[in-house]
Amino acid sequence: MGMEGIGAPVKRKEDRRFITGRGRYTDDIALKDTTFAWFVRSPHAHARIRSIDTSAARAAPGVIDVLTGADLAGDKIGGLICGWMIHSKDGSPMKAGAHPAIAAEVVKHVGDQVAVVIAETRNQARDAAELVEVDYEPLPAIVDPAKSCDAGAPQVHPEAPGNLIYNWGLGDEAAADAALARAARIVKLDVRNNRLVPNAIEPRSAIGSYDPAEEHYTLYNTSQNPHVARLVLSAFVGVAPEHKLRVIAPDVGGGFGSKIFIYPEETVCLWASRRIGGRPVKWTADRSESFLVDAHGRDHVTHAELAFDADNRILGLKVHTIANIGAYMSTFSSSVPTYLYATLLSGQYDIPAIYAEVDAVYTHTAPVDAYRGAGRPEATYVVERLMETAARELGVDPAELRRKNFIRAFPHQTPVIMAYDAGDYEASLDAALKIADYAGFAARKAEARARGKLRGIGFSCYIEACGIAPSQAVGSLGAGVGLWESAEVRVNPVGTVEVLTGCHSHGQGHETTYAQLVNERLGIPIDQISIVHGDTDKVQFGMGTYGSRSGAVGMSAVLKALEKVEAKARKIAAHLMEASEADIVIEGGELKVAGTDKTLPFFQVALAAYTAHNLPAGMEPGLKEGAFYDPTNFTFPAGTYICEVEVDPDTGKTEVCSFVAVDDFGKIINPMIVEGQVHGGVTQGLGQAMLENCVYDMETGQLLTGSFMDYAMPRASDVPSYNVTTTETVCPGNPLGMKGCGEAGAIGSPPALINAITDAIGNNDLSMPATPEAVWRACRAVA
Amino acid sequence: MYETTYHRPGSVAEAAAMLAKAEDGKLLAGGQTLIPTMKQRLASPSDLVDIGALAELRGISVKDGAVVVGAGTRHADVAASADVNGAIAALAALAGGIGDPHVRHMGTLGGSIANNDPAADYPAAVVGLGATVMTSKRSIAGDDFFTGMFETALDDDEIITAVSFPVPEKAGYAKFPNPASRYAMVGVFVSRRANGSVRVAVTGAGPSVFRVPAMEAALAANWSPAALDGLSVPADGLNADIHGSSEYRANLVTVMAKRAVAAAG
Repeated sequence: MGMEGIGAPVKRKEDRRFITGRGRYTDDIALKDTTFAWFVRSPHAHARIRSIDTSAARAAPGVIDVLTGADLAGDKIGGLICGWMIHSKDGSPMKAGAHPAIAAEVVKHVGDQVAVVIAETRNQARDAAELVEVDYEPLPAIVDPAKSCDAGAPQVHPEAPGNLIYNWGLGDEAAADAALARAARIVKLDVRNNRLVPNAIEPRSAIGSYDPAEEHYTLYNTSQNPHVARLVLSAFVGVAPEHKLRVIAPDVGGGFGSKIFIYPEETVCLWASRRIGGRPVKWTADRSESFLVDAHGRDHVTHAELAFDADNRILGLKVHTIANIGAYMSTFSSSVPTYLYATLLSGQYDIPAIYAEVDAVYTHTAPVDAYRGAGRPEATYVVERLMETAARELGVDPAELRRKNFIRAFPHQTPVIMAYDAGDYEASLDAALKIADYAGFAARKAEARARGKLRGIGFSCYIEACGIAPSQAVGSLGAGVGLWESAEVRVNPVGTVEVLTGCHSHGQGHETTYAQLVNERLGIPIDQISIVHGDTDKVQFGMGTYGSRSGAVGMSAVLKALEKVEAKARKIAAHLMEASEADIVIEGGELKVAGTDKTLPFFQVALAAYTAHNLPAGMEPGLKEGAFYDPTNFTFPAGTYICEVEVDPDTGKTEVCSFVAVDDFGKIINPMIVEGQVHGGVTQGLGQAMLENCVYDMETGQLLTGSFMDYAMPRASDVPSYNVTTTETVCPGNPLGMKGCGEAGAIGSPPALINAITDAIGNNDLSMPATPEAVWRACRAVA
Repeated sequence: MYETTYHRPGSVAEAAAMLAKAEDGKLLAGGQTLIPTMKQRLASPSDLVDIGALAELRGISVKDGAVVVGAGTRHADVAASADVNGAIAALAALAGGIGDPHVRHMGTLGGSIANNDPAADYPAAVVGLGATVMTSKRSIAGDDFFTGMFETALDDDEIITAVSFPVPEKAGYAKFPNPASRYAMVGVFVSRRANGSVRVAVTGAGPSVFRVPAMEAALAANWSPAALDGLSVPADGLNADIHGSSEYRANLVTVMAKRAVAAAG
C-alpha cells in the first residue's frame, strides 16, 4: 500500500470545495435569460379535474406561460415509465397505470402536478401559480396499503383493477409449506417497514434549455444517473431525441436513491424551454415539495413464518408482503419489493426452503421507490426480527441460534436466486461479540436496573446483494437496462490522467477513491488525476450510482481500461528502452526494465505516445483506452451489528448506548471513506427504527409529516459514537475483490435497534419507529 | 414570501406608532417563528416593524428580588447570564434548552411569549415563576397574559418591553422534547417562594400554559418528587398529535413535574 494507493485513508479531494462552499450544484448554475417554473400541485389525494382556468395567472406580472396536462398531451409528450417488468404468479405482466408528467384528468396524490407557471422570477411564478383556478371534484382516497385491495376500496388506476399491480412469487411454495408442516416449532411475526422520506440535503432541481438553432436540448439535473435520464427522456418520454439531448448532473448533494428516478419536473422543464422559444427553465424544489413528491422509501406490511426442527435448525421460511407503490410506478419501483427484497430472505442462514409472495399495490400517496438499501433493509428486518424472536421463543441465546444456522460453505446457492460467492459470517459475529463485551452485558443490565433504566441488547446479522448487476441476469428478471459500467482512461501528453466514468458521485468520494486506484496502478500522485463524471457529452454511456455499485462495478471498468493503457505504455517503453515488453514493469510512476537500472518516467512514455515520433511499427498514436465491465455476479457484503440501549420506562425514551458494526466489505480502497459510509448508513437506519416516519392521514391522504417539525430526522445527539471495524473475505467476482459499503449500515441497523429495545422492555410487540410513546405503551403492556 | 414593507424604528414608541398605522403589521424581533411562517406563505403581514435592534429592549438586571429581562434579549444571552444563573438557574437552563444554537442566538424572550406557541418553553417560566409582563402600555400578571393557543392579552399595538421574574427559593424546569421539532412535548416549571407558595406550570401539554393546583398543594405540603406520586392531570383536553396522545402527555406531566422538583433540589 502506498501513501495514496489502495487501502490508504486518503482525505477526500472533493471536500475542499464542499466545505468551503464552492460546490457547484444545479441551482447554482445561472444560464443567460433563465426563467423559473413553479408547479401548481393538487391539494387533494384523489380528485377529478373539472376545469383549469389559467387566465388570471397568465395576466400576472412576469408570467411567460402557463402549461397544463392538456398542452403536454397535445405535444405528444409521453408518460413516465417503470423500467423493470415484473410478472405475476399467473404469468400476467404487471398492471402499470398511466403516469403523465402533468395530470390532465385525475390527480392521484397530494402534490400531483396539475399545471406549471413559467415566469421571469421564482417569486412571480409562485405568485401566479396561486392564481391558477382548478375546479376539483374530490373523490375518496385509499391510503392504507393493507386495505387497498379490499372490495370497494377507491381505485387508483383503471389499468390495475383492485389496485393490485402484481401478485408475484419467488421460491418453492410446496417446499416451504412442507417445512412448516414438519416443523417442531414455528415462529410467526407481523412487521411493518415504515415509510420514509429521503431528505437529501440538496433538494431536487432541474434546468431545461432548448437551443432552437441546433434543435438541441440540455438538461442540468440532480441525477444519480444522467445517462439513464437521457435514455428515458428520449426513448420513452419522447421529449428530445437522444443524440440531441445532453444531460449534466453537476455536484449533487445526496441522493440515497431518490435522485435515480426520472421525475415529472425535469421532463416539464425540458419541454417548457422549447415551448417558450428556448429560454432556460429552472425549477428547484422547496423543502415542502421534497416531502410531497420525492419518491419515498420502504412501506411494507409483512407476515412471516420461520420453521425450526427440534434441534433449532431452520427448515423453511414463508413470507407474504404487501408493498405500497404509491400512486404511480416510479422508475425502478417494481424491482424493489421483488428482486431486491425476496432474493435476500435467506439472510446469512442455510435455509432449505423459502417462499415469498409479494402484492404490489397502488395507493393515493406519493410514489415509492428505491431508498438506501432498497428492498434489502426490508428483507433484513424480516429475517433478523424473526431470528431474535425465535431465540426468545426457543429460549436460546440469540447469537448462538444464528451461529448454529450460518452458511459455512461457499459458493452457496439459496432457494431464492442468489449464489453467495464468499463470506465468513462467524468471523464477523465473533469479532462483534468481543468488541461489544457480550459477556459483560448481564452486569451492565443489572447496573442500569439499579438506576431505574431497562437495558437491552440486540443483534443483526445482515447480508445484502450489491455490485448491481450482471446484465444478462437482470435482463432475464425483467430489467429494462443492462447494469454494466463503462470507463475511459485518458492519459494526457504530460502524463496527467483523466478517468471518465459512467458512475456518478453525490457523496461517495469517487474523485478520491478512483484516483487511488490509478495511483495504485501507475504510481501517479492523485492530485495529477481527475475524475470526470456526470455529463453525457463527456462520458459516452454509463448506468450511474446506486446499489453500492460504483466500487465493485464502476472501478472494475476503470481497471479494465487501465490495463489496456498499461499494456500500450509497456509496448512503448519496451520500444524506447530496447527491451522486451515482458520485462517492463510499472512502478512508482516509472516504467522499468526488470533486473536493470533502465527506467522511463511515465510522463515520457505519455509524451512519446502523443509526439508519435518514435513508436513501435504500426502503433496508433495516443494513450487513451475505454472499457465496459459487466459483473459476473452480485457481491455479498455481510456483517454483524450489535446494539445496546437503555429505556426510560417512565417516558419510553430510548438511549442508544453503544453500536458495534463489523462489516465484511471485501477489499477496501479507502478505509476512512468506508467508515464514513457506515456511520451515515447506521445513522439512517437508527433514524428509521426510532425517529423517522412518513405519515398520511388515512382518510384524506394529506401528508401529516410534511416538514422537519413533524418528520423526525436523526441528530448527532440521537446516536452514540459508533464502534466500527471490518473483517475481510475477498470477493471472487470482480478483479479488485470489492463488495461495496454504501448501504450496509442502513440495511443492518434497524433490526439491531428494535431487537435491543424489545429485549430491554420484555415485549416483542413493537413497530418502527420506536417512538417514546410506542415504547412507553409497550412497557406498560407487560408491566 | 409575499411582499411586505419593512420598517426599522428607533424606539419602542416609534415602533408602536408604526404598528398602529399599519394595515396588518407585525413586530419582527428574532424572527425565528415569523420568518419561516412568512417563507411558507402562511403569514402575509403588510408591514414588518423590526424591533430586533432596539437597545432599550435588551438587557438583564437583578434588583428588588426580581430578574428583569428585556423583551429583546436573546435566549443565548439569558442562558449565559451570570446574573440569571445566580438568581434563577432554572430560567437560564430553560433558555439554554430552547431550539438550537441558531434559534437561541436570534430568538427573543418577548417574541416567544408574544407568539405563545403552545409548545414554547418561556410561557412555563413566566407562569411558573409568577412573573410580570411589562409592555409599552402597562404591566400584566403572568397568570393573565396567556389567554389561549397563540393568543395573549396584548393589544394589537402593544409591545412587550420586559419581563420581571421574582427570584424564588427553589425552581426547576424539565422538558420532554418532541423528537422532530425539539419543542416541548411537555415541559413543567416548578418553583417555591420563600413564603412557601408553590407554582407548577405546564407547557406543551395543553392549548396554552396551565397550572396544576393539586400538584402545587402537594408540593407546598412536601417539596419532594414523591409528593407527586399518584397525582396526574386528566388527559381530556390535552394536546394529541402523531407524536403523542393526550394520555401520553398526561403521563409526561407527572414525570416531568417530578423531575423538575428533583432538578430544583
